[in-house]
Amino acid sequence: MWDYLKLVALGLIAVLAAIAANYARDEAYLVNALTIMLAAAIVFVVTLRGMGSVKVAAPDNEYFDGVVRAGVIATAFWGVVGFLVGVVVASQLAWPSLNFDWAQPYLNFGRLRPLHTSAVIFAFGGNALIATAFYVVQRTTAARLWGGNLGWFVFWGWQLIIVLAAASYVFGGSQGKEYAEMPWHVDIVITVVWVAFLLAFLGTLWKRKEPHIYVANWFYLSFIVTVAMLHVVNNAAIPVSIFGSASVQAYAGVQDAMIQWWYGHNAVGFFLTAGFLGMMYYFVPKQAERPVFSYKLSIIHFWALIFLYIWAGPHHLHYTALPEWASTLGMIFSIMLWMPSWGGMINGLMTLSGAWDKLRTDPIIRMMVISIGFYGMSTFEGPMMSIKAVNSLSHYTDWTIGHVHSGALGWNGMITFGALYFLVPRLWNRERLYSLSLVSWHFWLATIGIVLYASSMWVTGIMEGLMWREVDANGFLVNAFADTVSAKYPMYVVRMLGGLLFLLGAIIMCYNLWMTVRAQPSKAPVNANNFVPAE
Amino acid sequence: MGTYDLLRHFADSWHLLFMTLFFVGVVVWALRPGSNRVHREAANSIFRNDDRPAPDGAGAPATKEA
Repeated sequence: MWDYLKLVALGLIAVLAAIAANYARDEAYLVNALTIMLAAAIVFVVTLRGMGSVKVAAPDNEYFDGVVRAGVIATAFWGVVGFLVGVVVASQLAWPSLNFDWAQPYLNFGRLRPLHTSAVIFAFGGNALIATAFYVVQRTTAARLWGGNLGWFVFWGWQLIIVLAAASYVFGGSQGKEYAEMPWHVDIVITVVWVAFLLAFLGTLWKRKEPHIYVANWFYLSFIVTVAMLHVVNNAAIPVSIFGSASVQAYAGVQDAMIQWWYGHNAVGFFLTAGFLGMMYYFVPKQAERPVFSYKLSIIHFWALIFLYIWAGPHHLHYTALPEWASTLGMIFSIMLWMPSWGGMINGLMTLSGAWDKLRTDPIIRMMVISIGFYGMSTFEGPMMSIKAVNSLSHYTDWTIGHVHSGALGWNGMITFGALYFLVPRLWNRERLYSLSLVSWHFWLATIGIVLYASSMWVTGIMEGLMWREVDANGFLVNAFADTVSAKYPMYVVRMLGGLLFLLGAIIMCYNLWMTVRAQPSKAPVNANNFVPAE
Repeated sequence: MGTYDLLRHFADSWHLLFMTLFFVGVVVWALRPGSNRVHREAANSIFRNDDRPAPDGAGAPATKEA
């Protein structure tokens, strides 16, 4: 019965998408409608073909790891795609002729830039978060993921969102809000998938067999709940037509700007920080084979982060139409964030106390430690840049871009790579990784890449900030904007090289993970017999 | 007094007080005497149930390793 209902629903979606494609007002909407139609048709056929077979109830004495494996593959794949687009846009900035005439307007910088940010944050980071959340919540609650195939719905729904968003940007559909560029119809799909994600996570917590909810789950849960709230509020908009991707924001003027940066900064705070801290609190102790340094500190870290982060958004709007008090409030809360951030960093690093020798022998631990190091560095730099006096120099310059990348490549990227190296041998039931020396190669390429990236952006950011404010004896500005652009050229080339090294490291990782699965025999399968030994 | 003023005053008085006290309460609760054992147990909980879920009816203490 359930299958028939599914078929009816999928058929309806496909037909409605076809109608929408027929009436589409713009190219982006047309491509999105056709994609949804195709996706619904594929799921329809898959459901239809599976109808005759006998349904086997999901075994409650096994973890639901299929979806985690798929998530690991998707994370590695989208990571390489996102880094590649990053190298392309960095090259376009250095050499504008790479905005090829024949590819206009689709592949110009303006359209590829949101493609890059969304690919690395939502496709690479999002898949990493979903996959590790599913892995960690099952292991720490000692229960199978709740909701049967809900996990698969979340996984495939998320891939569909990625494809829809990417196609929309390239074909010119964007609502112009940074990190929330997806047009209104994609926002609706995101909301549905995100609620399913929340339900799967909460359901697993609900039927947990461990009495205590381990701290990593607290971070994951806060990430899921807060992102839901941010997404719904910031994307409140009225579509111009239900057959077009254009929409009008529900808020206007400075209120809209404030809500956008309340969203934007908390996307950093809860998507890129809280969620990844969940990873840190599970994978670092597991890889070090030692419990977290202080569980008490982790509880205080959690609540302090939650209470402070949500207020820091206004620091993106210093010296704008935003009232002075709001901007000061944002600055002060950003500075207060130093404490929980560094508390968390210390907690992560000190987990290794008594096991520091592992840094020499275990390149995966090295990767995790440098990611925590970058977390500490970028959470020091961020509050500093939120101080109004510093911000008057740094804002609108490449310094901001350097800061974002030391956080995203260093902290989010490295902890994700560490988690992938941890997960693949376990998920595919292999003895060990294919090659530890390739992990070391990845580590050094990525680290040198980030250092080149961040330092070139510091130089060019401070330089252009100083050039913009330079006045002569009569009070006239000395430099035209174009002067700063040409002065930045060498640093742009260095930045592109840094990104290239980082991409190269990720490709080496993909090869290593592939060979881990392909070139090694599997251990005795975990589920060979499901009898639980009487211990 | 308009809705904005009302909410604004509530936000920067009673609700601010509530959130501050809640946070202080969390810190005190985390540091409470006698919580060491609970926290050590929780911190070590990630080292079990790696391969398969805990069987029905088996609470954490039953599967606890030394």
